[in-house]
Amino acid sequence: MKPASVSATSALLAEHDYLADRALATTVHLALCMQRPLFLEGEPGTGKTEIAKVLAAGLGRRLVRLQCYDGLDLAAAAYEWNHARQLMTIRLAEAAGETDRERLESDIYARPFLLERPLLSAIDPDQPPAVLLIDELDRADEPFEAFLLELLADFQITVPEFGTISAGTPPVVILTSNRTREVHDAIRRRCLYHWVDYPDGARERAILARKAPGVPERLSAEVVAFVQKLRGEDLFKLPGVAETIDWAGALHALDQRELNPELVDETLGVLLKYQDDIAKIRGAEAARLVAEAQEEAA
Amino acid sequence: MNELSPPQSGGGRLAANVMHFARLLRRAGLPVGTPEILAAQRALGFIDLGAREEMRTALSATMVRRREQQEIFDRAFALFWRNPEALRQDAALGLLQAEKPKPERPMPGSRRLQEAFSPPRNRPPRGEEPPPRIDAALAASERERLQTLDFEAMSAAEIAAAKAEIRRLALPLDMRRTRRRRADPTGPEIDLAGTLRASLRQGGEILRLARRRRVTRAPPLVVICDISGSMARYAQILLHFVHAVVNLRERVHVFLFGTRLSNITRQLRHRDPEIAFQMVAHIVPDWSGGTRIGEALATFNHFWARRVLAQGAVVLLVSDGLDRDGAHGLAENMDRLHRSCRRLIWLNPLLRWEGFSPRSQGIRAMLPYVDEFRPVHNLESLRELVTLLSKPAPVARGGVAEEWRIAS
Repeated sequence: MKPASVSATSALLAEHDYLADRALATTVHLALCMQRPLFLEGEPGTGKTEIAKVLAAGLGRRLVRLQCYDGLDLAAAAYEWNHARQLMTIRLAEAAGETDRERLESDIYARPFLLERPLLSAIDPDQPPAVLLIDELDRADEPFEAFLLELLADFQITVPEFGTISAGTPPVVILTSNRTREVHDAIRRRCLYHWVDYPDGARERAILARKAPGVPERLSAEVVAFVQKLRGEDLFKLPGVAETIDWAGALHALDQRELNPELVDETLGVLLKYQDDIAKIRGAEAARLVAEAQEEAA
Repeated sequence: MNELSPPQSGGGRLAANVMHFARLLRRAGLPVGTPEILAAQRALGFIDLGAREEMRTALSATMVRRREQQEIFDRAFALFWRNPEALRQDAALGLLQAEKPKPERPMPGSRRLQEAFSPPRNRPPRGEEPPPRIDAALAASERERLQTLDFEAMSAAEIAAAKAEIRRLALPLDMRRTRRRRADPTGPEIDLAGTLRASLRQGGEILRLARRRRVTRAPPLVVICDISGSMARYAQILLHFVHAVVNLRERVHVFLFGTRLSNITRQLRHRDPEIAFQMVAHIVPDWSGGTRIGEALATFNHFWARRVLAQGAVVLLVSDGLDRDGAHGLAENMDRLHRSCRRLIWLNPLLRWEGFSPRSQGIRAMLPYVDEFRPVHNLESLRELVTLLSKPAPVARGGVAEEWRIAS
């Protein structure tokens, strides 16, 4: 059951507390309609991973997640043969006096001996349809990208000893990257591309209202105004939406109803994760931003 | 655009317009091919064509592949879909074509072509002496001079020699263990999958254990190279060096800076050094100008560090450390760079070992953050550079400043 229009897609995401802007909703809608993988790039904390989770919930599919890391290989990502079980079968065959080589070979390279890893699990025709999240692809090394090409183009995986396994229902594939290195063009070509940007003030307030429902309205308006101002500063790492939500939650937990400079100084570590950045903002700069944010939110 | 067929009527009109649009993008330098056009056509079938924003996103999702291309796309979209006729306006096209890199100056590669067609003869020796330039070494230029540099092209034989030299290059700590393994009969680990596969050929009898070992590979290399006036006489040899490195090793990124920082990796990827250097000369605006090391490093840290320093990169910083800005912001940015990479090697081609003490402000600011300091007073050939860089590390990480303190 695919949403019928961009608005329906947008509503589906919103139902699960994901407020996408029009461009993102359109791209997601297209990915669903065209059955193409969706490649999302953007700064950390802008909700790239969240889309996959929300889509899985919204479409009633299971979520299969592959977290990428340097050195990720086929055995950890796609499939592995269950060697212990294979050895045992050989021994048993020996004990039973089985000598037909062909038969033994086809016996031990059969489906029950194949251990599924996320990629294979996502396209397994015997399981319900999936949303496949390939998270932080930029962390994997280049050889791994090559493994993905067949999967992304045809939703199938070829196991040399066994044959080709293709998906009954093509999975919805979401790839994310924080751009710590450039992902190869061969991957990009097979995907729809979208750059996920920081939301504007109005959208961020709406997100905050959904994600941190207990936070007083005034506080959340000030928090958003402050963070939006902060993103205009020359910082090494700008705070993402995830940080905004955390910070609003933190201030709320401290029973605050509005921002004040001392408190901002004390809780800045929730928002900024580099000491240089914190040192730069703490004190006078924070006080100035708080004043501006309060003026704007009032 | 005269060769374009006139727009058809009815449903074909949109398809034709998408194609015209794709052509416009291609002229603006975006790699939009037939698969992208087909995908775009399909995508338009799923959205509300009346909603401009949806249409823009649909085309962008199928035709744009990198964030850098987004801006060009947006401008092209605004231009074209307001009024496709606008395409015919020269001014509009000029605007977009300005985006397209136009590196081609007349006939690159001609020298080697000539060489190939003419019988070999003894040419007078060339390329050995440094280019005739006024030696302004040890004095950073005071103003930013914008000038382009003409490189003497290398002959085919020289290119081959240069490549052979670069193959010898072994930076300290150059191999890094990965988590991948490959089959190796003498490897330390047993490869169960391989053993089983082999045993089946013997009817399930294990006669030989397959073995494997960990793969090591060279870490990413980032070269940040100073091309200010005081470094000008080394520019040629350094460019040849980085060109050969980029084309021989994987995962190399090259940045040049004088007063501003330019990423020239893509330009250098061109296998032909003549064309590569012309492209570089075209995009780098500040040959032989002043130096603002601090600012250049700040730019690098801010915009590039996270994108190119992943996976244990080694940074090779080539600079004389003579800073025009009085070392403003230099220490902070060196510190950050040092902490973001696995190893920071500073190659200083201007200062001699003997009688050198770190007096200049810039050098004093930079030294504490360098893992390795490699001064060399005479850098005239690639061979020397490679030999120098391949020598074992003189001091341990972080210990450079200590050594200087004792010496001075």
